[in-house]
Amino acid sequence: MKNPLKALSAFAATAAVALTLSACGAGGSPQASSDTITYWASDQGNSLDDTAAKLKPTLDRFTEKTGVKVQLEVISWTDLYNRILTAVTSGDGPDVLNIGNTWAVTLQETGAFEPVEGELLEAVGGKDRFLKTSWSTGGAEGKTPTSVPLYGLAYNMYYNTKLFKEAGIEKAPTTWDEFVADAKKLTKDTNGDGKPDQWGFTAAGASVSANSHQAFIRGLQNGGSLFDDGGKPTFDSDPQVEGVKQFIDLMATHKVMSPSDAELSQGSQKVDNVINGKAAMMFDQSPLKNFAARDFKDWGVAPIPMMSAGATGDLGTQSHVAGINLSVFKNSDNKANAIKLAAFLTSDEEQVALNKAYSSLPVVTAASSDAAFQTEEVKAKNDALANHSVPMPLIAKEGQMETLTGTAIKNLFAKAATGTVSENDIRAALKDANNQMAAAQ
Amino acid sequence: MSHSALDSGPAAAGSTAALDPGPGQPEAGSTPQLRKRRRSFLPYGLILPAAILELLIHIGPMLLGIWIAFISLTQLNLTNWLNAPFVGLQNFINGLNPESTIGQAFFSTVGRTLGYTILVVGFSWVLGMAGAVFLSSNFKGRALLRTFFLVPYALPAYVGTIAWAFMFNQRDGAVNQILVDTFRLFGDERPFWLLGENSFGAMVVVNVWQLWPFAFLMLMAALQNVPTDVYEAAAIDGATLWQQFRRITLPMVRPANGVLLMVMSLWTFNQFNIPFVLFGASSPNEATLISPLIYQNSFGSWNFGLGGAMSVLLLIALFIASVFYIRMVLPKGADND
Repeated sequence: MKNPLKALSAFAATAAVALTLSACGAGGSPQASSDTITYWASDQGNSLDDTAAKLKPTLDRFTEKTGVKVQLEVISWTDLYNRILTAVTSGDGPDVLNIGNTWAVTLQETGAFEPVEGELLEAVGGKDRFLKTSWSTGGAEGKTPTSVPLYGLAYNMYYNTKLFKEAGIEKAPTTWDEFVADAKKLTKDTNGDGKPDQWGFTAAGASVSANSHQAFIRGLQNGGSLFDDGGKPTFDSDPQVEGVKQFIDLMATHKVMSPSDAELSQGSQKVDNVINGKAAMMFDQSPLKNFAARDFKDWGVAPIPMMSAGATGDLGTQSHVAGINLSVFKNSDNKANAIKLAAFLTSDEEQVALNKAYSSLPVVTAASSDAAFQTEEVKAKNDALANHSVPMPLIAKEGQMETLTGTAIKNLFAKAATGTVSENDIRAALKDANNQMAAAQ
Repeated sequence: MSHSALDSGPAAAGSTAALDPGPGQPEAGSTPQLRKRRRSFLPYGLILPAAILELLIHIGPMLLGIWIAFISLTQLNLTNWLNAPFVGLQNFINGLNPESTIGQAFFSTVGRTLGYTILVVGFSWVLGMAGAVFLSSNFKGRALLRTFFLVPYALPAYVGTIAWAFMFNQRDGAVNQILVDTFRLFGDERPFWLLGENSFGAMVVVNVWQLWPFAFLMLMAALQNVPTDVYEAAAIDGATLWQQFRRITLPMVRPANGVLLMVMSLWTFNQFNIPFVLFGASSPNEATLISPLIYQNSFGSWNFGLGGAMSVLLLIALFIASVFYIRMVLPKGADND
């Protein structure tokens, strides 16, 4: 009796060890077959599915042309940064991926992406094919970029023309004061319960990245900047505090923004508010695909209001140089095919097809002349991008800056929604963010 | 007793080894020394697979986390972290400096997390105990109720929490529809549950909802081991139900309670999923717990060294608390088991 039991248990132990070891051996990523590459796309459509559906024809053409299959994953904006971070940390990522262009320098510093030189630069046709402003976001000044532009975007103000007409507003506001005055006119109680249910302005108050863009834009409009010339953070400088206060005051003081907006974390939620007539105006980069999907036609577009009409230089900032860039992962097992995909997505034909589908701007000059991009809306966007845009700080800690300023504003909106916000609260929140930024540097 | 469910592999392996009758008939063709060596190897061999897995899954990452606390790990050296510069205690100094923004956030967060743990564990235990006592008597529909009570525990944590996040939504959530639109509890105000001061309470509610079935399950198992004749004898002696509960039930389930409270406290103190799903990557200031704070410092500002330092402090604190607790409160294995 004893010996068989002993033998059995010894066998079991050995088997378990063997199993453990073999499991470790198989733990790595499965070797991708050489004719398949993985591609992480950012969510440019109305939804993850919509984005995938609009990319499919392009990817099918790519497979037809090159014989390379593409395994596509569309990742929402709330997750994309963390997913990239995890991929960078582990070194185990996709072959090709989209990044928000403001993250380009931060991600460049990690060294995880293929520099755009040699074979890759040649494949995308050289930098002169691209719009200069968009190309400049590919990496830090003076360094070899690690991303190429894919879609161009810029902030504009979009509004519901029906609500404008009802309020007797004939022309979109151009200065901040006019904007606030119009927003007040547009804020009304339509069902007679004593509380407004139509609001002048809407924004995704819990969206960290959108908040940080406004901190940047409003700071510049007020003559400030997020960093001084020496690269030290100045989030709590007077003009920055003033700029952020203007934005928060829309909810806190002027009451032209619904307190519920403090809970919105997705940009598409504010677009819904404008479509539904719950709000009249918003700042957005490309809502047209949402408008089209909902068959919404009563919209107008105007530049983001400035402190004074006709402001120029930094004071005339309406947008950061927004857009999506494309990077090739350095650890890719399949670099040759990854480069092919990068070249294909930035080709003239696909630039027209994709930017039309996502209502964004082509980043190669040859595609810009296509008839699809001669509309009034595209012209407004082009004007903002060409004449009123400043790139977000091209520094390694850009990602932290977005997180810290955007989160501070998110918390200030939360405070405005549940109580009051004083100028000192704003200054204190920005000072905290500033201290954390300084500590991280 | 009931904590058999918490026992892991090694103990089970040990009892298998005990089946080996020890000294007895010698095996053919083996010397006594060899036999002895084999016998002494066997238990270790049986533990080995579990030990290797434990090393790989728990100890390895933990040691790595401790190492990270002493280096300056940022995005500049992330892909090549073995070469990150060693900075000694600098990360701890930054994290613990009560003058700095980061230090203040750390200390207030530790305090808040302690309060949170006491609230969540307290409510969960009371509810679990009440449920277990209630269901220990026989009545029709008992099995159905028991299953019903376990639903929150059986649901995937993320699914349950996402449902709560929808329910707590200020504009269209079910909570405000019931409290404000139906019962008009707050006048004309629609309170925010996931912003500002209410966010802490909302998080407590979700966590209690998720945790109490575990307390219920453990205590119910423990109650089943209490012989009914003790209660009968007490009843004959004229003990009230409350006296029976205090003098019989509580002492009888004390060993199970000891383990239960410790496990629940550790889980709650380290809670990450619920705030992350409810609030996203950054919690409201009023509801920031220690694990999300570490996450924010590590991934929000890419300051992994600081995040690592905070994790190490947390590890040390919980380790000391656990050791103290195990020695002082838990029954000494041999006497009570």
